[in-house]
Amino acid sequence: MKALCWFGKHDVRVETVPDPVLLNPHDCIVKITRTAICGSDLHLFDGYIPTMEQGDILGHEFMGEIVEVGPEVKKRRIGDRVVVPFTIACGNCFYCKQQLWSLCDNSNPSAHVAGALYGYSGSGLFGYSHMYGGYAGGQAQYARVPFADVGPLKIESDLKDEQVLFLSDIFPTGYMAAENCDIKDGSVVAVWGCGPVGQFAIRSAKMLGAGKVIGIDRIPERLRLAQDGGAEVIDYSQTPDLIEAIKELTGGRGPDACIDAVGMEAHGHGVDWYSDRAKQMIGVGFDRPFALRQCIQSCRKGGVVSVPGVYGGFLDNFPFGAAFGKGLTFKMGQTHMHKYMPKLLDHIQKGDIDPSVIITHRLQLEDAPDGYSTFLKKEEKCIKVVLDPWGNA
Amino acid sequence: MTLNSSRGNGAPSGKSRMQSIPPWTAILGGGALAIYGLSRKSLSGTALAAVGAFGAISGARRQSMSPTAIHVQKTFTVDRPATELYDFWRNFENLPRFMKHLKSVAVKDGRNSHWVAQGPMGVPVEWDAELLDERPGEYLVWRSLPGSAISNRGSVEFRPATNGSGTEVTVALTYHNPAGKVGAAFAKMLGREPEVQVREDLRRFKSLMEAGEIPTIIGQPSGRRSSLVRVVHSMKEPEATQRTRKGPQQVQPANLKPQFTGTESGGAR
Repeated sequence: MKALCWFGKHDVRVETVPDPVLLNPHDCIVKITRTAICGSDLHLFDGYIPTMEQGDILGHEFMGEIVEVGPEVKKRRIGDRVVVPFTIACGNCFYCKQQLWSLCDNSNPSAHVAGALYGYSGSGLFGYSHMYGGYAGGQAQYARVPFADVGPLKIESDLKDEQVLFLSDIFPTGYMAAENCDIKDGSVVAVWGCGPVGQFAIRSAKMLGAGKVIGIDRIPERLRLAQDGGAEVIDYSQTPDLIEAIKELTGGRGPDACIDAVGMEAHGHGVDWYSDRAKQMIGVGFDRPFALRQCIQSCRKGGVVSVPGVYGGFLDNFPFGAAFGKGLTFKMGQTHMHKYMPKLLDHIQKGDIDPSVIITHRLQLEDAPDGYSTFLKKEEKCIKVVLDPWGNA
Repeated sequence: MTLNSSRGNGAPSGKSRMQSIPPWTAILGGGALAIYGLSRKSLSGTALAAVGAFGAISGARRQSMSPTAIHVQKTFTVDRPATELYDFWRNFENLPRFMKHLKSVAVKDGRNSHWVAQGPMGVPVEWDAELLDERPGEYLVWRSLPGSAISNRGSVEFRPATNGSGTEVTVALTYHNPAGKVGAAFAKMLGREPEVQVREDLRRFKSLMEAGEIPTIIGQPSGRRSSLVRVVHSMKEPEATQRTRKGPQQVQPANLKPQFTGTESGGAR
């Protein structure tokens, strides 16, 4: 089959590789009909996630048709049309039973690596480094999916692939980010980063009853899309004092909750951004927590900072005094996908939201390397790239 | 006999039941970082490798003298009832399913069994063992019979978890002064990473009992191939990519043997 493989920083290639086979009794094989490039794939593309190996197949947002099932698979059947969550969960451990699916104990074959780095390991993820299990990803024509009865969500309606594809990651991720904000009627939520996750966080915050949502970015088309989703927007590149501007927009109080939908590679300006960037380049600082610092600084006293953006290592100049002094609550982590997928499918079914509005680029799998580059540089007004693995086959 | 006293017999003197942070965890953690750091061939990777190497070296230093007896103890919480876990373990023939170094265990009668382990350089090491003590649902204690090449003793204890969910499983293994060349080589092999081995065995036990399988990626595809193989493969590309999944042919990953290849559809691909 064809698959998009990682070979190093800014080096991804479409290679012909062996087809996946069933390896465990609860596995299934999915013939992929649509897949996408995620903003968090750009962290891999930029070489910031440790434990990647040359030849790893990327991709964790995919859907398709089940073409093979293992002997212990009871519910899913060959022919089922499914969306696959990017987190892999066994469904039987302490964490899965608590709906903390992305913390599953039994899905990461290299749990000892994550354990050595983080103390304990989270769940395995598709196409997201060997620390997270090294599973081959879904920017490919086929993928092996463990725990077929637990993860893949069956789509029985005639909704188009593009309408349900983002149930695989970014819609639930934006939704959990908003749910973590503990939104009450009329709450004010500020969202750093109006990329795909930010867009879903904005729309989810509205669905959960937020009175005002503020979207912060510098890319005009992303700000426009945030406005379409019901947000007031701030272009931080045109705003000399962002914290002050947010304060003015929130009656002088600050937002009740702040969402960092940017993560470890924040863009910004000013001294600390250049210092972060320099440290990241020479390898002494891992992550650039520029947006996270602003979230902490802006948030009202007793508020919530919700972090769907991915972080991998250590933070420098983390304003912990401000967080402590204002009694902030932090919520974060990989999305507990399985908890949200059925509920959000209902929302799509009822027409509350059409996730496909964020798609700007539709490419063949062969063109995925260009897709990465365009997405990274935000060229051609790129917001979301969807790939067709079979277009030219 | 209580389990504690039996464990005390095998443990090197002066070690408390819960040993201080084992140096091997530092070596593993540091080693993992160092290996991945170096493999990344970049500045940040090099920094990662340096941090990792430092951890590994300081871990190795703490493992100063070569032990005459190796004692390892590890605990995992498994989210299944103690009786179920006990019953699975009580049939020693199940142990090779999650203990990586064991090739087989044959139970001869209620108390005696024959164990075969993967020794150094792939040479099997065999010994006979007897069950010393047991309390159904609570613990098992076993040891090798006198005169074995590998003199060892093991115990496993099952206690209800304090949070009311599942069972805390503690495994303790002791390898005594090894006899002869085989024993010495085996001890040396174990000595490299006994903590890691027991911990990962226990982690596999947990996955097997909770999830019904042990997670793996061995046998999955990747673009990792020699350039020669890639050239050969690209010549076959049209056939490989255009075929439908109805045909019987199967492209197997080169050099990798899948652990499991059964299908419900009986090879419908």
